[in-house]
Amino acid sequence: MRVLEGKGVTKYFGGLAAVFDVNFHVDQGEVFGLIGPNGAGKTTLFNLISAALAPKSGIIKFKGENITGLKPHQICRLGVARTFQTVKIFANLPVLDNVVLGSLFGTSNAISSADAEREATELLEFVGLSAVKATPAKDLTLANQKRLEVAGALATKPELLLLDEIMAGLNPAEVAQAMELVTRIRDKGITIIMIEHVMKAIMSVCERIMVLHHGRKIAEGTPQEITTSKIVIKVYLGEKAHAGS
Amino acid sequence: MDIVRVIVKKPFEPGLLLLILILLATSPLYAPEYAVVLLTSIIMYIIITVSWTMFSGPTGYISLAPAAFFGIGVYTSALFGFVLPLPVVIGMGGLAGFCLALIVGTLTLRLRGIYFVMFTLGLVELLLHFILWWEVNITGTTGRVVPTVANTTVYYIMLIIFAILMLTTFFIRNSKFGLALQSIGEFEEAAAHRGINVNALKTIIFAISALFMGAAGAIMATRWTYIDPKIAFNPLLSFMPVLMAIFGGIRYLYGPIIGAAFFAYVEEFLITRFPYHYMLIFGIIMVVAILYMPDGLVGLIQKLWKRASGETYEGA
Repeated sequence: MRVLEGKGVTKYFGGLAAVFDVNFHVDQGEVFGLIGPNGAGKTTLFNLISAALAPKSGIIKFKGENITGLKPHQICRLGVARTFQTVKIFANLPVLDNVVLGSLFGTSNAISSADAEREATELLEFVGLSAVKATPAKDLTLANQKRLEVAGALATKPELLLLDEIMAGLNPAEVAQAMELVTRIRDKGITIIMIEHVMKAIMSVCERIMVLHHGRKIAEGTPQEITTSKIVIKVYLGEKAHAGS
Repeated sequence: MDIVRVIVKKPFEPGLLLLILILLATSPLYAPEYAVVLLTSIIMYIIITVSWTMFSGPTGYISLAPAAFFGIGVYTSALFGFVLPLPVVIGMGGLAGFCLALIVGTLTLRLRGIYFVMFTLGLVELLLHFILWWEVNITGTTGRVVPTVANTTVYYIMLIIFAILMLTTFFIRNSKFGLALQSIGEFEEAAAHRGINVNALKTIIFAISALFMGAAGAIMATRWTYIDPKIAFNPLLSFMPVLMAIFGGIRYLYGPIIGAAFFAYVEEFLITRFPYHYMLIFGIIMVVAILYMPDGLVGLIQKLWKRASGETYEGA
């Protein structure tokens, strides 16, 4: 089943086509990678899916239902959660409250605050932050802030999770942990779209990858297909990278 | 941290609050009339400051519109004071503030930072001059007479508004909406993507806070007997709650109350003792407060309390 489908999705910033006529689909349960050089329109596409921005034209469907034109909180309640490229956490709130908010507001069903707190505690355990539950979020390390953001997004009980560079700025050990977290989230049955520059991570975790360049989709396929695609190598990895690897 | 919280909360237990309320409620029985009148204006300032903090405290949206909501309450009282019973007039004053804030909120709460501040300040001036124009050109008057009400009645109504306000504030702070408001102040965009309808929540809380300002304006008008647009929409009433809340400690439930009570009393004291220099002294107190007590009076007390009890807890 197609969880997410985009048809002719287009967004301009002034005269610049940040995302132009992009068609894509994401199947249930897969990890879908989104790569491309800086400024390719990856984050803009996330912003369009999560309704932070409205597309100029095109349609985005979630589980067959047109979701273009909805507000961010409505998208979230439908079951699409996201994280941000630069972590956006509630810095002065305790770690637990950061996650509780997602449980309380992220679904259409009402939930008691005791239940929300229990859920949040479980999620903190899931991402490995139980020990720092009461700490203000701003005091966490970057790696932990990213985990916290993931936990907060998971608290909204998404069917589709958009992860925007959760591995950027992490050291190799932290990247490995983050990769393991992504697979555990997928094992929960949550479909994932991830933007990533850490190639090793994206190639090993994703089932399919879409490549954007100057706002246009230039390739789509399995990691094998992408690494061997001439056009991808040319615009993204560079001519020499092909020879080198 | 939990231990600190308990220690810090101790001086403000509900029992103590109840005692203060009883003392306030019975004060007209034994206190001199002057004290009751003074208490009325202190409570008025507390109402405006606490309701201002209800919205602006957690969200960080600095509203300079209190004078507008207060003024609209004052005018409701002037328009209907002679034809409708007092409780209905007070209710209408609150409703007028609520509706105005609802409209203004819907239009402007997309603005952030300085734009929102300027707009809300502009609103006060806009209403002032609009009503001035209306009164001069349409009704042919500039001022209006408001029916007088006994001092004790004014006092009790003010106290009731204050009690309802405290209950509302307490409820919001401890509900999920209190947490949501804080998250808006921390990172509005992230809050929206966690499923919070940020615009609706901001607007409704803004309107609820204006309800209390409008009601306070409606009853306060009866104290003044004569009002005109410049009295009703006094911009000073927009700045006072901001200063009082910051002075008391904007992050604490009791901060704005203590700040407003202290300020209102000091104002009264200085006006009678130093009528020509009181604004100057006032300003100096404010500058010193902001420089040396960034967390306000309550924040300072908590810091001293913690130091006294030997805790070395940093931050909040």
